[in-house]
Amino acid sequence: MNRFTTLTSKIVPLPIENVDTDQIIPARFLKVTDKKGLGDHLFADWRYDADGSPKPDFILNRPEMQGRQILLAGDNFGCGSSREHAPWALVGYGFRAVISTSFADIFRNNALKNGLLPVILDKDTHRHLFGIVEEDPNAILTIDLAEQTVTLPDGRRATFPIDHFSKTCLLNGVDEIGYVLNLRAHIEAFERAHEQPI
Amino acid sequence: MPQTLFEKIWNAHVIAQEPDSPAVLYIDLHLVHEVTSPQAFEGLRARGLRVRRPDRTFATMDHGIPTTPRDLPIVDELAAKQIAQLEKNCAEFGVTLFGLNSAPHKMGIVHVIGPELGLTQPGMTIVCGDSHTSTHGAFGALAFGIGTSEVEMVLATQCLLQRKPKTMKVQIDGALRPGVTAKDIILALIARYGVGAGTGHVFEYKGEAIRRLSMEERMTICNMSIEGGARAGLIAPDDTTFQYIAGREYAPKGAAWDKALARWRMLPSDPDAVYDATISLDAGALEPMITFGTNPGMGIPITGRVPDPDEAPDPSARNALSKALTYMQLKPNQPVLGQPIDVVFIGSCTNSRITDLRQAAGVLKGRKINPRVRVLIVPGSAQVKRQAEAEGLDRIFKEAGAEWREAGCSMCIAMNGDQLAPGQYAVSTSNRNFEGRQGKGGRTFLASPLTAAASAVAGCVTDPRTLMP
Repeated sequence: MNRFTTLTSKIVPLPIENVDTDQIIPARFLKVTDKKGLGDHLFADWRYDADGSPKPDFILNRPEMQGRQILLAGDNFGCGSSREHAPWALVGYGFRAVISTSFADIFRNNALKNGLLPVILDKDTHRHLFGIVEEDPNAILTIDLAEQTVTLPDGRRATFPIDHFSKTCLLNGVDEIGYVLNLRAHIEAFERAHEQPI
Repeated sequence: MPQTLFEKIWNAHVIAQEPDSPAVLYIDLHLVHEVTSPQAFEGLRARGLRVRRPDRTFATMDHGIPTTPRDLPIVDELAAKQIAQLEKNCAEFGVTLFGLNSAPHKMGIVHVIGPELGLTQPGMTIVCGDSHTSTHGAFGALAFGIGTSEVEMVLATQCLLQRKPKTMKVQIDGALRPGVTAKDIILALIARYGVGAGTGHVFEYKGEAIRRLSMEERMTICNMSIEGGARAGLIAPDDTTFQYIAGREYAPKGAAWDKALARWRMLPSDPDAVYDATISLDAGALEPMITFGTNPGMGIPITGRVPDPDEAPDPSARNALSKALTYMQLKPNQPVLGQPIDVVFIGSCTNSRITDLRQAAGVLKGRKINPRVRVLIVPGSAQVKRQAEAEGLDRIFKEAGAEWREAGCSMCIAMNGDQLAPGQYAVSTSNRNFEGRQGKGGRTFLASPLTAAASAVAGCVTDPRTLMP
């Protein structure tokens, strides 16, 4: 997994609530057996016309939005299906963080496992940030995971929550399977004590 | 201290818990399908790991498979490759696969076959790389969807790292009126409380309306917990539950059954158990429900009118509603009744079980579907299909002019070629009306099997009560 320490980037604003995983990556792109190339299909139905040409008015297609690593989205981002293809597509495209007021539970877990930081801001700060980006589309934001802070372009700092375990995994770029594999003795003891046949 | 059903299951499965870290939760049953597992098996190979408990891991194929006759080849090369990959992975790692050609034929939608095979049992922890795993909560099991990295973790360790969710009591009292179903309960609940209401929580559905429901109806409700934001939805097991499980293939037998039953009877929440939050609904006041928008919370009673964005409580709700109505090409304040439709889909892990098909057949018997409308009826499993055919339901469907197809997820997720054309309207018994969910540019009205069947006959959105005796 990629490490996440600090990130400084301009912002792609997507002021839409309840962005579901079918919008992030439509189901027809799930017929893959690896994780490659999904970034090309990120937001496919919002991003491309029927003939595959980019829709000029969709935010990701604007020339000045290229290379930005922070997505600023509306409430309840990532609702719907459990497809991990959603964070794979966001990371494949180049995003490293998504900011919202809340995330769907499964999406949040999936994002954390792929070095994509879900940043939860309070409603006021979130609204303020959309205001800043509207005023200055080139505003730059800094996210510091160790400090759990977002520094807004106007110097204001906001904090965001993340549990200690996920934070440590992200800061060090370690995945969680190794941690659980090391608990083999616990797992075996549990299985001896609790075996219920299926 | 009194405990909820959730807390009893959770506490019995935590094998390790460090401060300020997620719990390590033991998983009793892991269900696997072809779309969210290939990268997980690949991860095992890369690490040189085996599946820790192949005896607790069961696979089927449902999302991408065709619902055309099984002797026809799979024309979609990518889907065929994914299916072949699952066959290879199950063979290599020793996982039982209910495949397209396994005999006897037990494949089907993963959330239909788990319960019908008796794999799903009260008190279990159950996961699957699919958000509708919440379905199994109808049996008093803690069941939720996971991502592919988590699938890999469970394959490798039979454990999952989980932050403990909060609990939300969902109290549903009153008696359903004729023509109103379990699907209408859950659509009404999500319409009232919103698609994010359950985030961070597990629902426990309680109340007399829930107690009276069959297992199939309970599954419909728990299935759509995720559409209310809750990863899991639970219903306490009772005699209805035990009667459903008894005698099924993987259910405990003999002395093991008696032991299991004694254990299961201890599971319901203690009388004084405390929940983090409570919401409620009066089932007796409900009408058949239908959605008009692009998330499952955008629903109204079928005799109602489409809301006006100008009357929305705040700007973001106004934007969301305007965007949805533009996509759906519906006008504020218009009725949904009478809206012409192109397709009816009866199926999905929400509503493809035998009782759903019987309800649809009850409406379609002796009637013809409107010739403008294409009707797909897709049983949830090979066993449901056989049962429906034994009861003669297939003849009712075919005589009415519907397509009677092989089991699978089909037009719920539209990965397999069963899909809407751009601009088409469908009444669908599935669970998601997101933009493009049933085919790029397609427009979905979510409803019950009764409403779907009635709409198929009329060729437009129709109140099923007008076609009932």
